[in-house]
Amino acid sequence: MAHSYTPGLKVLKKTIFKKERILPLKGEVLVKSGDSLNPETIVASTNLPGNVQMLKVSNILNIDPKDVVDALKVKEGQDIKKGDIIAETSGIFGMFKSSVESPVDGTVESISKSTGRVVVREAPIPVEVDAYVSGKVDQVIENEGIILKSNAAFIQGIFGIAGEKRGDILLVSSSPTEELTAEQITPDMKGKILIGGSFLSLDAYKKALSVKVAGIVVGGFNYYDLKAVLGYNLGVAITGTEKLNTALIVTEGYGSIPMSEATFSLLKENNGKPASINGATQIRAGVIRPEIVIPIDGGNLDNESESKMPEGIQEGSTVRVIRSPNFGKIGKVTSLPAELNKMESETMVRVAEINIEGKNILIPRANLEMVETE
Amino acid sequence: MSKKIKSILATDCGSTTTKAILIEWKEDRYRLTFRGEAPTTVEAPFEDVTKGVLNAVMEVEELSGRTILDGDKIITPDDGSKGVDIYVSTSSAGGGLQMMVAGVVKSMSGESAERAALGAGSIVMDVLASNDGRLPHEKITRIRQLRPDMILLSGGTDGGTTTHVMELAEILAAANPRPRLGQNYKLPVIYAGNNKAQDSIRETLGNISDLDIVDNIRPVLEKENLEPSRDKIHDLFMEHVMAQAPGYKKLMSWTDAPIMPTPGAVGSLIEMIAKKENISVVGVDIGGATTDIFSVFEGKFNRTVSANLGMSYSICNVLAESGLDNVLRWVPFDIDRSELTNRIGNKMIRPTTVPQSLEELVIEQAIAREALRLSFIQHKEFATSLKGVQSERTISDAFEQSSSGQSLVNMMDLDLLVGSGGVLSHAPRRQQSARMLIDAFMPEGITQLAVDSIFMMPQLGVLANIDKDELKEDASQAALEVFDNDCLIRLGTCISPVGNAKPNSKMADIKLTFNDGSIKELEINEGSLEMIDHPYEEVKVSIVPARGIDVGAGKGETLDSVIYGGVVGLIFDGRNRPIALSKESDKRISSLLNWSQAVDEYPKGELF
Repeated sequence: MAHSYTPGLKVLKKTIFKKERILPLKGEVLVKSGDSLNPETIVASTNLPGNVQMLKVSNILNIDPKDVVDALKVKEGQDIKKGDIIAETSGIFGMFKSSVESPVDGTVESISKSTGRVVVREAPIPVEVDAYVSGKVDQVIENEGIILKSNAAFIQGIFGIAGEKRGDILLVSSSPTEELTAEQITPDMKGKILIGGSFLSLDAYKKALSVKVAGIVVGGFNYYDLKAVLGYNLGVAITGTEKLNTALIVTEGYGSIPMSEATFSLLKENNGKPASINGATQIRAGVIRPEIVIPIDGGNLDNESESKMPEGIQEGSTVRVIRSPNFGKIGKVTSLPAELNKMESETMVRVAEINIEGKNILIPRANLEMVETE
Repeated sequence: MSKKIKSILATDCGSTTTKAILIEWKEDRYRLTFRGEAPTTVEAPFEDVTKGVLNAVMEVEELSGRTILDGDKIITPDDGSKGVDIYVSTSSAGGGLQMMVAGVVKSMSGESAERAALGAGSIVMDVLASNDGRLPHEKITRIRQLRPDMILLSGGTDGGTTTHVMELAEILAAANPRPRLGQNYKLPVIYAGNNKAQDSIRETLGNISDLDIVDNIRPVLEKENLEPSRDKIHDLFMEHVMAQAPGYKKLMSWTDAPIMPTPGAVGSLIEMIAKKENISVVGVDIGGATTDIFSVFEGKFNRTVSANLGMSYSICNVLAESGLDNVLRWVPFDIDRSELTNRIGNKMIRPTTVPQSLEELVIEQAIAREALRLSFIQHKEFATSLKGVQSERTISDAFEQSSSGQSLVNMMDLDLLVGSGGVLSHAPRRQQSARMLIDAFMPEGITQLAVDSIFMMPQLGVLANIDKDELKEDASQAALEVFDNDCLIRLGTCISPVGNAKPNSKMADIKLTFNDGSIKELEINEGSLEMIDHPYEEVKVSIVPARGIDVGAGKGETLDSVIYGGVVGLIFDGRNRPIALSKESDKRISSLLNWSQAVDEYPKGELF
């Protein structure tokens, strides 16, 4: 049977979710293989090198760089406190001395004879990595972190903002076609992950921010409203570092688009359960999509229930159209003709014949997305 | 004539697709005979670039019926029935080569270092300079965040003061940067600054980095010496960066010449063609994330990368930088603005989709015009004569107001404009590619237009760079012949008289004499666009511009020349430079529709 490889977003009822939790620099791993983890468990920690202060000693003391060594009161590697004298001129008969004090607590890292500069490094900055999702340590990566494994429902969005958040899922919209409005968002929703239908307005998102909702999952959001949220025009879809109380995960795209049935019903099934979400998105080679992970209690963690590799679009596959016309519509593939077809734009492309609402239409395969369900 | 090289296999490992081409000696010249492609396999789950290469080569084998592979080995040499004589490759997989450069003065050694890095085919992530306005700790934080593949440090003229360049070296040392790929090797640093500072540089950076010292990039202010730095970047790209990427060690053992970064290979090919034909060339490659522009004017090569101007991943950035109005001015119908921004946003988050409807195609091509226009502005600003150079000025120079740091790009001197990248190479009609190139680059005088249909320039570039004595001559002949015969699709020639012409006034009289002796005469009027079908054959042309109008011989001066048609033909562009569109919607739409009809740009129907 003809098939075509088309990337799709995952909507999985139950899967073995694996995630690397890695330090930015080498450090210490605090858990062992097989340990149970809460989302808050610290799995690894390290110290990032501290900030550097470069002191132009020769300039401040008005001496030649090569004479700096003679004026020094400290040695390379020495610990110093803020206000300690780093270098001092001998002055005239012990008077009119000028000196350089350390602006910070730290260590003297280097002293340069050629430029007369002294480098003071501040105390290391501690960094910790938590587990993010409850589960077990599947594998320890020595000095770097772990791979976490969890039995979970797993949903990918198409685009998101803000990083990792946690909270209980709360279904607000009653259907995938319903807009999530500002009026529906109330102060008691603080710390929850709200599930909407087709659309979230800028006002509604601002309301969610103000009551400190942990996250919102919704079908569509306006591209031009992002500027008001982020403070700049989003030129490339690389997000995740925004300092926002409320993460936003859009499942379908920009505009008002009903959330796919599969996504909505899976979120509905898990209403009230704790979940971990991450809005971080990177659409480049090595794509990262935003995600919703809902750990499932119990169940064995063997690999048998792990989701299969996607097989690509085949006859009978459920697909979604991802470009206008027919944007957002879902249909079933009725055939995959091998020959190239001419579109209205005169572009010659490989197409799929899709049955949408009882009608068969030809759509470029590149404009289709697999709706993966299990 | 017997040839040492009878067949050549060349691949380009891009970030998404690996493309293979087969070049064979046919009768009396080299021709491209077959090509194949397959997804690149640098990332998980394959993590071995050679798998994608083998798949692409297998497609060539299937199409050509020729056996090239023996298991996962390329058979060499060509024994007449199987194998190939040489194999070469380029690569931009895994994000290409990402560099950081540093110089003392941003517009002098900083710019020279940037030019060397760009010319070698790298992406320049940042230019550090003593005078860039950032405090030392800000520079240090930046270096740490970026994690480049390598750093090029320059600054100071030979024998001059060393303080500033040493300060930069100390900042690098304090940052103790780590390479992007691989945890277990030191970051390559190339020092190409003041030779007097070399010992101190060794002392400061020798332990924390893998330091290489080459000749100064600006030995004196008046001279730029990019070659040693560029060559060293290529060596290190092979030794360090590529060696870290999965499967590359194996790939390197297969090739008969070093693997080149893709844009480096394209640049060197364009440089070679400009030199051989003694012409000025602009080449553009518009991709999903970035737009690369290469140019050779006055024999000087320049390359720029507009990192966030592209047609998918960074399409929203084109919108942000040009503004919605600038995009919409090219669209000959009314459209809801908010809906349009959502549509463009959706292309960014679903980058692989294609325009199915004509409306979508027109919008995409409008965005392409703006992406190309903005990239070319950046290129013109960068491709300049050396800055900071004192020159003797005579009285007449003083009137010319010329100074150092002027753009080398002179559109009247441009002979050949080559476009590549999906939106230009795969436009359903070649007329659309020609229109996008003309509207964005606004050529002046006589300019030949072409597209590289399957982006073969990288493979030809690396072929042209083979320096094994016994292969050199044949390889470079093959590169040039395939470039001429198979790589370029000649669109035709654009003739644009330039000057301040009044609306609808006559700009030039044109007389065309075709090979069969027939003659055609026509007028170019301001604001008009016209096209004559004519294949890629010689046409004699005589152009008599109106007073104050220039077509290349000077204002009001007649120009006699030979031009060529192409798959589109001869285009006569009477639109003033820069091309101005009416602010009144009706007038603007009417002009756009007239121009489209004149070149048969879009299918006739509801929209056109």
